[in-house]
Amino acid sequence: MSFAIRKQGEILVVDVEGQLIVGNRQELKQKVLDELERGERKFLIDFSQTGYIDSSGLGVLVSLSKKIREQGGELRLANLNDDLKTLFELTKLDTLFQIADTRERALETF
Amino acid sequence: MVRSPDQAAPVPVERLHVALELEIPSDVRFIERVVELVARQCEQFRFTARQTTLNIPVALTEAISNAILRGNEESASKRVQVKADVTEARLVLEVLDEGVGFDLEACLVDPTLPENVIREDGRGLFLMAQLMDTVERFTSFGNVVRMTLRRHD
Repeated sequence: MSFAIRKQGEILVVDVEGQLIVGNRQELKQKVLDELERGERKFLIDFSQTGYIDSSGLGVLVSLSKKIREQGGELRLANLNDDLKTLFELTKLDTLFQIADTRERALETF
Repeated sequence: MVRSPDQAAPVPVERLHVALELEIPSDVRFIERVVELVARQCEQFRFTARQTTLNIPVALTEAISNAILRGNEESASKRVQVKADVTEARLVLEVLDEGVGFDLEACLVDPTLPENVIREDGRGLFLMAQLMDTVERFTSFGNVVRMTLRRHD
C-alpha cells in the first residue's frame, strides 16, 4: 500500500494503491496536510488502484475534506469501484463528497 | 482406474471444513495479512467476489482494529486471537482481545444520520453489522466478537 502524488494543472492528484485502512491512514492524512500547508487547494483522490477502505480510512477522508474546506479548498474523489461505491452508499458518505466516475471527468469539472 | 497423486480428483469442497487460528501482537500493521489469509480461504470455498473483497475484509479489519486499539489499547504485552471457521455454507469469525469488553448495542450509532455523517469516527461497528449476517459480543477467556456470514451463490 502506498500513495502516489502528482500535480495535474492546479490539481493535486493522489492515487491510493492498495488498502486505505487503520495501518496507513495517517500517512495519507499527513501527505495531504503537508500539501495543503504548502498552498495546494484543489485535491483529487483517485481510487482506481484501491482494494478496500475501513472506517478509519473513511474517517480520514471526512477529516481531510473539512480541513481543506476550512482553507478555502476542495477535495473530490474519483474511480470508486462497485465495492467502494457500496461502502460510500452504506455510510451515506456519497452525499458528503463529490465523486466522479473517472479521473478525467473529475479534472474537467473541478 | 488408478490415479497417481498428481492426477488425484479435486476434493469436493462441500466436504471440507477449514479452521484457522491466528494470533497477532497489538499492532495494526498485522491486520492486512490476517485479512488476506481469511479472504483467500473464503475464495477457495467460492464465497462471492463481493464477499471476499468487501464484506469480509472490511468487517474483519474493523473487528481486529477494535481489538487492538480499544480492547488491548495497543499494549505490547497483549495479543489478539483471530479464529476463522469456514465451510461451503458459512464463515464464522471470532476476534478475541484482552480488554474488558463493551456493550455492542450501546456503542452502535447510526453514522448515516445527518448529524453523524460529518463525524470522523463511529462507523466501525455499523459497518460490521451491515456487512455481516450476525455480530455478537461475549466474554470467554477474554472479550470476543463473533461474526457470521452465509456464503452467497
